[in-house]
Amino acid sequence: MSDLTEIPFDSGDAAPGSEALNSHEAGGGIQGYLIGLFLATALTIGSFYIGATDWVWAPSIPVALIVLAIAQMGVHIVFFLHITTGPDNTNNVLALAFGIMIVAFVLFGSIWIMHHLNHNMAATGAMMMRGMP
Amino acid sequence: MLGKLDWSAIPFDQPIPLIAAAGTMVILGAVLVWVTVKGHWPYLWHEWITSVDHKRIGVMYIILGAVMLLRGFADAIMMRTQQAMAIHGPGYLPPEHYNQIFTAHGTIMIFFGAMPLVIGLMNFVVPLQLGVRDVAFPTLNSTGFWLTATGALLVNISLVVGEFARTGWLPYPPLSEATYTPGVGVDYYLWAIQISGVGTLTTGVNLVTTILKMRAPGMSYLRMPMFCWTSLASNLLIIAAFPVLTATLAMLTLDRYLGFHFFTNDAGGNMMMFVNLIWVWGHPEVYILVLPAFGIFSEVFSTFSGKPLFGYRSMVAATLFICIVSFMVWLHHFFTMGAGADVNAAFGIATSIIAVGTGVKIYNWLFTMYGGRVRFATPMMWSLGFMVTFVIGGMTGVMLAVPPADFMLHNSMFLVAHFHNVIIGGVVFGVFAGITYWFPKAFGFRLHEGWGHAAFWFTMAGFVIVFGSLYVTGFQGMTRRLQHIEVEEWRPWLYLSVAGIGVMIIGAFCQIMQLVVSIRDREKLRDVTGDPWDGRTLEWWTLSPPPHFNFAVLPDVHGEEAYWTMKERAFDMEQLAPEPKYEPIHMPKNSPTGFVTAFFATLIGFALIWHIWWLAILGFIGAYATFVVFAWRNEDEYVVEVDELVEAERERRAARAQWFGLGNPA
Repeated sequence: MSDLTEIPFDSGDAAPGSEALNSHEAGGGIQGYLIGLFLATALTIGSFYIGATDWVWAPSIPVALIVLAIAQMGVHIVFFLHITTGPDNTNNVLALAFGIMIVAFVLFGSIWIMHHLNHNMAATGAMMMRGMP
Repeated sequence: MLGKLDWSAIPFDQPIPLIAAAGTMVILGAVLVWVTVKGHWPYLWHEWITSVDHKRIGVMYIILGAVMLLRGFADAIMMRTQQAMAIHGPGYLPPEHYNQIFTAHGTIMIFFGAMPLVIGLMNFVVPLQLGVRDVAFPTLNSTGFWLTATGALLVNISLVVGEFARTGWLPYPPLSEATYTPGVGVDYYLWAIQISGVGTLTTGVNLVTTILKMRAPGMSYLRMPMFCWTSLASNLLIIAAFPVLTATLAMLTLDRYLGFHFFTNDAGGNMMMFVNLIWVWGHPEVYILVLPAFGIFSEVFSTFSGKPLFGYRSMVAATLFICIVSFMVWLHHFFTMGAGADVNAAFGIATSIIAVGTGVKIYNWLFTMYGGRVRFATPMMWSLGFMVTFVIGGMTGVMLAVPPADFMLHNSMFLVAHFHNVIIGGVVFGVFAGITYWFPKAFGFRLHEGWGHAAFWFTMAGFVIVFGSLYVTGFQGMTRRLQHIEVEEWRPWLYLSVAGIGVMIIGAFCQIMQLVVSIRDREKLRDVTGDPWDGRTLEWWTLSPPPHFNFAVLPDVHGEEAYWTMKERAFDMEQLAPEPKYEPIHMPKNSPTGFVTAFFATLIGFALIWHIWWLAILGFIGAYATFVVFAWRNEDEYVVEVDELVEAERERRAARAQWFGLGNPA
C-alpha cells in the first residue's frame, strides 16, 4: 500500500520520506542543501587540516576531532535528513533520541568495561611477572 | 574456478551427516516431485512465493521456523544421547562433529527457529490488530523473509558441503579466527547470519513504521492491543541491536578474509572487544524474542479469562522499561571475564532491576485471570505452563545476576538449564500459544483440542524432566558442551534427561498429529464466525481466513478494546453498526523481487564462503539488477473494486449477525 494518502495518519505527523519539504524552515529547499554541502565540506577539510598540522595544541587534537565529528552529524541531521522540531517530525525526533540514547549506552558502557578489563589484565600481567624467578 | 570447493568438502567418511542429508534430500525431492506432478507450481509461485501479503509471508515465516525448530530439536536429541552414551567412553559422535552439532543447535534455534516464528506471528497479527490492510513496505517484507530463508538454507547446506562452525553459537575469537579455525565452518556461520540479519533488520523497520504510521481511525497508541505494543518494543530493539551484530561479525569477517586485527591475539587486536560487542546485541536479542511472546500471553490471558487485560497501562510501561533497560545489562554474560567488582556490581544490579518489569507483567496476568471465567483451551494451557516455568527460569536468572554466584555457575549446565528454561518456557510456549490461538484466523478452522492438550502435557513434562536434571548436574559442577564425561555422579541425571527428551519427542509428535488431524477434520473444526474464541481485538472482527485486503472498510475504533467495544455496542443496540460507504481500494501487486534477490544472495553467500570470487561478483550484479528493475517499475498496485468489497463485507456482517444472534442484517 504505497499510496500513503489513503492511510489514516497520526494527526500531523508524516511518514518518513513523505513529509513536505518546506523552504521556510532551516535546511529546506535547494539553498538548504547548498549550505549543508558547504558546512559538511568545511568540517571535513577542517578535520584533515587540524589532524595534519600543528595548528591546534597536539594533545587536544582528539578532542577537536570529536567536536568536529559531532558538528558534522548535526549538519547532516539538519540539512540532509531534515529533522526539525516541527509537529510533523515527532516520530523522527523520538527515533533520533532513542538512537542517541542507545549509542550512548553502548559507547560509554563499552569504554568503561574495556578500560576496566585492560586495567585488570595489566595488573595480572605484572603480578605474574613478579612471581617469576 | 571453484575456490576452496572440491570433493573433499563432502564428508563421505561420516555416515551420520551423510544419511541425514540423504534423508532430507529424499523428502525434499519427493515434495518437489509431488508439487510438479500435481501441477501446483503456478499456484505456489503466484500465491505464495511472490506474495507480498503480510498474512502469507507470516505463514511462510512460521513454516520456516517450525521446520528449523525440528532440525534444532534433532541436534538436541543427538547431544543428549551423546552425553548419556559417552560416560567413560567416546560415545557415537566424534568431537569435531559434536562441536558442530552444539554450534548448529544454538545458531539454528535462535536465528532460524525462534526468530522466524516470532517475526512470522508479528507479521501475521500486527496489521490485523491495527485494523489496516498491509504492512508499510510489502515488497520489503517479502524480501526480508526470503533473505532469512537464504540464511537457513546456507546453514543447512553446511551439513553436506564442508562443515559448520565448532565455536559455539557465538563464535568467540581467537578460536573463530582464521589461525585457529581455518575451515569454512565459521564462514558459513558469518554469511548465513549476515544475510538473514539484513532480512531481520528490514522487518524491524517495516513493523515499526507500520505500527507508528498505519493504524485504523481512532486507534491511538493507548488503544493498541498489548501484542502491538510488545511488537513495537521488540522491533525497536531489532533496529537498535542488529546493526551491532552486523558490525561485529563484519569485523570478524575482515579479520578472517583480509587479515585485519580487530580481535586477533597479536597486532593490537582485542578478543574481549568481540565478547563485549556481541553481547551488546545478544542481550537485547533475548528480549526481541520474549517481548512478542509476552504480548501473545497478554492476548491469551485476557481472551480466555473473558476480561480486559489487568493494568494495561502498567503493562505498556513495563514493556518500554524492559525495552530500554535491556540495553544496560549485557555485561552479565561475561562477569567472569574480569571487568572487576564495580563494573560487575553495576550490571548485576541492572540485571536484577530488569526482572521487576517482568514481575509487573506476571502479576498483571495473574490479576487478569482473577475473577474471570477461565476457559482452558490449548492456547491457555501453553500460557499457564509458561507462567509456572518462566517464574522458575526468572528466579534462576536473578541468581545468575549476582556476580559472586555467577562465578560458580558461569558456563555450567545450570546456565544451560536457565536459558532453556526461559527460552522454551517463554518464547517457545508463547509461539505455540500464538499459533494455536491465531491458527483459525489464518486458515479458517481450529486446531484439534485433544491433540493440543496432549502436546502441551508431554512437552511440559519432558521439558521439566530434561532441564530439571540439567539444573542438578549444574549444581554438581558439570560444565556445558562436554563431548564425553568422566564423572560417575552425573550418570543418573544424564539418563534422566534422555528419558525427558523422549517425552518431549512424544510432545512434538502430538503437535504434528494435531496438525494432521485438524486438517483431516477441518470441516468439523470450521470457524464460520471469524471469532472462534470470543476475542477482544480487531483481528477477530474480520472473517477467518481474512480476505486478502483484510478489511473491506477500515474499522472505526472507540475505546481500548476495539472489537469488544463494537460487540458490546451491537448487543446493546441489538443490531450491527449501519452498513458503511464502500470505496475502491488499492492493494500492492505481488512481486518476485524478494525471491530473486534472495536467490542471488544465496549465490553471494555460498561463493564468499568458498572463495569463488567470480560467482560472488555475479551474485552482487544480479541482486543489484533486481533492485534496479524493481525501482523502475511502473505499476505496483491494483484496484479492488467495490463489488468485491461489498460481497466480503456482507458475508462478514451475516456471519457476525448470526454469531451475535441478531438475525440477517442485509
